[in-house]
Amino acid sequence: MDLITPAVGQLFWGGLVFLILLFMLKKFAWKPMLTAVNDREQSIKDAIELAEKTKAEMAAMQAQNQDLLKEARVERDKMIKDATETAKKLVEESREEGKAQQQKLVAEAQKIINAEKAAAITELKTQVASLSLEIAEKIIRGELASDDKQKALAEQIANDISLN
Amino acid sequence: MKNYVRIIFFGLLLAVTNLANANDHDPHAIEEKVEKEFSAAEHAIHHALDNHEIHLTDGFTIPLPIILWTDNGLVTFMSSEFHHDDEGHHVVSKNDMNFVKVHDKIYQLEAGQTEVSGFDGDHHPYNAHKVTMDFSITKNVVALFIVAGVLMFVFISAAKKYKGGKPVAPSGIAKWTEPGVVFVQDIAKENIEGDKYKRFTPYLLTLFFFIFFGNLLGLIPFLSNPNMTGSISITLLLATITFVIQMMNSKKTYWLHIFDPLGHSLPWYGKLPLYLILVPIEVAGIFIKPVALLIRLFANITAGHIIVVSLISIIFVNKSLAWAGLSVPMTLFISTLELLVAFLQAYIFTMLAAMYVGSAVESAHH
Repeated sequence: MDLITPAVGQLFWGGLVFLILLFMLKKFAWKPMLTAVNDREQSIKDAIELAEKTKAEMAAMQAQNQDLLKEARVERDKMIKDATETAKKLVEESREEGKAQQQKLVAEAQKIINAEKAAAITELKTQVASLSLEIAEKIIRGELASDDKQKALAEQIANDISLN
Repeated sequence: MKNYVRIIFFGLLLAVTNLANANDHDPHAIEEKVEKEFSAAEHAIHHALDNHEIHLTDGFTIPLPIILWTDNGLVTFMSSEFHHDDEGHHVVSKNDMNFVKVHDKIYQLEAGQTEVSGFDGDHHPYNAHKVTMDFSITKNVVALFIVAGVLMFVFISAAKKYKGGKPVAPSGIAKWTEPGVVFVQDIAKENIEGDKYKRFTPYLLTLFFFIFFGNLLGLIPFLSNPNMTGSISITLLLATITFVIQMMNSKKTYWLHIFDPLGHSLPWYGKLPLYLILVPIEVAGIFIKPVALLIRLFANITAGHIIVVSLISIIFVNKSLAWAGLSVPMTLFISTLELLVAFLQAYIFTMLAAMYVGSAVESAHH
C-alpha cells in the first residue's frame, strides 16, 4: 500500500530540513527565548521574595515602633506622675515651713506682747502706788486738818479694832 | 475532557478503518466501471498521498522538480514534462533513459523499451521498475520547506523581542509564541527529571512546533492540503530521531528496568521463569514505543484528510449539488475538530517523546 510505504525522498529531505531547523532554532530562537523567559521568571521570583522580605521587615519595624511608642508612653506617664508628686511634696513642704514660720512669729509676738504687758503693768503699779501715796497724803492732810476730825478718826479706828 | 478526546480519537480511528475497508472491498466494483463511477475512496487515498505537482485548481498546477538518482547518475527535470499524465502514457527521455509516472511514482522503463506494455493487478507496469532513489521536491517536501521557513521566521523574530538583557514582558509576536514555548518547556520539565530537561527542551520545542505547524498547514483549504505530518515517511523520521536521542542518552537505570524489571523483590530462582516472558516483552517495548508514536501521528492526520475528502465526495457520489447542504456543514465540523487534533497530536507526540527520553535518562531512585 502506497499510504504506508516510506519514501526515500521524503526521509532524506525531511531529515535534512528537520536537522537544519533544529540547529537554527536552537541557536537563534530557543536559546535566547528560554534564557529570557527563565531569567524573567527568576527576576520576578526574586522581586516577590524581596517584597515579601521587605514586608516582613516593615512589620517588624512597625512592631518595634509600637514597642518604642508604648515605652515612651509609659515613661511619659511616669514622668508626669513623678512631677505631680514632686509638686505636691513641694507644696506640702512649703506649707509646713509657712506654718512653722507663722507659729514662730506668733510665739515671738506673744513674747513681746507679754514683755510689753509686764512692763506696762509694772509701770502702772508704780504709777498707782505713787498716786495712792499722793491721795493718801492729801486725805490724811484733810483728815488731820481739825481736832474733831482727828478724834473721829481715832475713834473709828478704835471701833474697827474693837470689832475685830 | 479526557473522555471527549477519547471519543474523538476512536471516532477518527473508526473512520480510517472503515475507509480502509471500503478501499479493500471496492476495487472490484471500481475495476468494472472504470472511469465511469466516481470513487470516493480512491480519491481520498490519492489526496492523502504525496504528489509530484501541486494541484491548486483545475487548470492551475504548480510543477515541481523531479530529482532521480539512477544507475547513470543524477537526472533532473520538471514534473510538467509529464503533461499531467499519471497513467504511464507519457514517456520522458533523459540521459538515454525513459521515465513514466504512474500513480505519482516515477518508473524507469527497462533498457530498450519505449513505452509501457501493460500493468499487473497492482497497477505496476510490466516492463519498468520503480525509481527508489527519488529525491524529488514533492508536495510534502514543499510543505516541509514552508513549515521550516514559517517556523524560522516566526520564532527567530519572536526571539528578537527578548534582546536587551533586561527582563521584559513579551511583545508583538512573542506574545503568541511565549505561551507555546513555556507550554512545551513544562512538558519537558514534567517528564524529564531534575535539570536534565534543559538539554532536551530545544529538541522537544522543534518537534512540537514542526508537527503543530505541519498539521495546521495541511488544514488550510485551497492550498492543496499537503498531508506532510500524515506522511508515514515524516512520522517515521520523527520517531526515529526521538528513538536515537533516547538511546544515545539512555542510562544504566533504563537498561536495568528492561533486563531486571523486578529488581530485588524476588530471589533469582523466582525471577527466572518470569523473566522468560518479561524480558522479551520489555525488549520489544523499546521498539514498540517509537512505532506506536509514528503510527499514531500518521493515522490521526491522514484520517482527518481522508474524512474531509470523503465528506466532500458525498456531493460527487450522489451527483447532486443539493448534497452540499449535508456535506459542507459536516466538513466544517470535521475541519474544526481537526484544528483540535492538530494541536492534540503535536502535544501527544511531544509529551510521549519527552516521557521516553525521560525514562531513558532517569537515575536510580529506589
